[in-house]
Amino acid sequence: MVVLALAFYLFAGITIASGVMVVATRNPVHSVLFLILAFFNSAGLFVLMGAEFLAMILVVVYVGAVAVLFLFVVMMLDINYAELKEGFIRYLPIGALIGAILLIELLVVIGAWAIVPTAEERAPTPTAMPEGVTNTEALGRLLYTEYVYLFQAAGIVLLIAMIGAIVLTLRQREGVRRQRIADQIGRQREEVLAIRKVEPGGGVS
Amino acid sequence: MAEFWTFYAWPTIWVVIQIVAIIVPLLLAVAYLTYAERKILGAMQLRQGPMVVGPFGLLQPIADGLKLMVKETIIPSGSNRVIFLIAPMLTFLLSLVAWAVIPFGEGMVVADINVGILYLFAISSLGVYGIIMAGWASNSKYAFFGALRSAAQMVSYEVSIGFVIVTVLLCAGSLNLSEIVRAQENLWFVIPLFPMAVVFFVSALAETNRAPFDLPEGESEITGGFMVEYSAMTYALFFLGEYANMILMSGMTTVLFLGGWLPPFGFAPFTWIPGPVWFALKIALCLFVFIWVRGTMPRYRYDQLMRLGWKVFLPFSLFWVVLTAGVLMAFDWLPA
Repeated sequence: MVVLALAFYLFAGITIASGVMVVATRNPVHSVLFLILAFFNSAGLFVLMGAEFLAMILVVVYVGAVAVLFLFVVMMLDINYAELKEGFIRYLPIGALIGAILLIELLVVIGAWAIVPTAEERAPTPTAMPEGVTNTEALGRLLYTEYVYLFQAAGIVLLIAMIGAIVLTLRQREGVRRQRIADQIGRQREEVLAIRKVEPGGGVS
Repeated sequence: MAEFWTFYAWPTIWVVIQIVAIIVPLLLAVAYLTYAERKILGAMQLRQGPMVVGPFGLLQPIADGLKLMVKETIIPSGSNRVIFLIAPMLTFLLSLVAWAVIPFGEGMVVADINVGILYLFAISSLGVYGIIMAGWASNSKYAFFGALRSAAQMVSYEVSIGFVIVTVLLCAGSLNLSEIVRAQENLWFVIPLFPMAVVFFVSALAETNRAPFDLPEGESEITGGFMVEYSAMTYALFFLGEYANMILMSGMTTVLFLGGWLPPFGFAPFTWIPGPVWFALKIALCLFVFIWVRGTMPRYRYDQLMRLGWKVFLPFSLFWVVLTAGVLMAFDWLPA
């Protein structure tokens, strides 16, 4: 149990520290790298909770795909650090406001337990873990039976978002010579190659 | 005090012993993989390969390693020092941690976790970071080009690897690597899922940046890609990482399609040979194909590489996922 607690404080501590560094560091690329560290450590927290499937999916999706593209974009940006600092002062009030609202909301949620003792009973209770079933299987059973419509709806939303992104960025350029793989593969030897016997001094006509 | 030993000290020591028992042979295998590569390429090109250092050149990898160790590590003045040094370490580290879940034989695995295959997938998807960080931190255009190419390439091929894994999972009915191997007791998955095995292997070539997909290195255009600024041990770590990843991908192919530690036939002369030996032999076969491909195929052009990933492999593997699921459903072959 001591080891478990130590592991928790290690992961949680690094998550929070790297979260702070995401906003505190000056270089945007460092920010993204700290964000990745934060994701990674939250995956560790998931493992400690016994949600190993979610932990792995977090790493695969967020760290392996989303953050790569993120890092990609941030690296390509030509960033002027002086301008960035000016912007920091300008947007500080809005940032502070959002932070304050989040803080108040958190206080309300946690405070509700203290103010209204019955509030805890109204919270949705997590479904009990079925016996003898792995994490992944339990999640699948729930997702594809009770919540199948919501699951499909989420999928359709993502599909539409994908189509939208493609439509917005697709442009047809005129006069571009495209490679036609089928034509290249379908080419026969007779069409393109002629073997001639060349006499010395005669040349090819 | 007794509790301390039984619950904390001994398990820790035992795990450390297991880790050493995997990593030392792995590093030796990496060293001799470079030797094997040079010998096989030599044979394909009617040369001798390394043959001066030691009998048959067998000490060549040791000599190379020593040379890299005593050379000077140069850190470019314009580089981002910390990230420049973290990148090779990360690449090397990731190529080693994945081995924790690989089953070498019945019960011979460091961490027999339920989501073993997802763990492997997650770790292999992290491999791109070492390369991107190296390319960016070097502050050199060639290195940056290499990193950009690599990022796009690895993200593209991961998708089809994901679908291949889904197909195998449908047939095996478990995410645990040992269970996947046991599901192949009667029939290796390479036979019913042969097209997927091919897609997986080609994607593995792309994922490890090997020829014919070694565009991130691309000596002829970008002079060595993301590792152009690296020297001595930092370079050696990239090199070791790349080769350890090759062995890892071969191990994954073996576990997913070639029946892991299982012998090819379940009767007498084959069952005498212990499981880990079969496992090593199968990995060696995959590695030979890796090198064989390198000696045979010319490098892909970049747009062709992307086309192959997105327009050929992705629809094809998606189709096979649906087909496999349909067949398993129709004949009621789904594993319980």
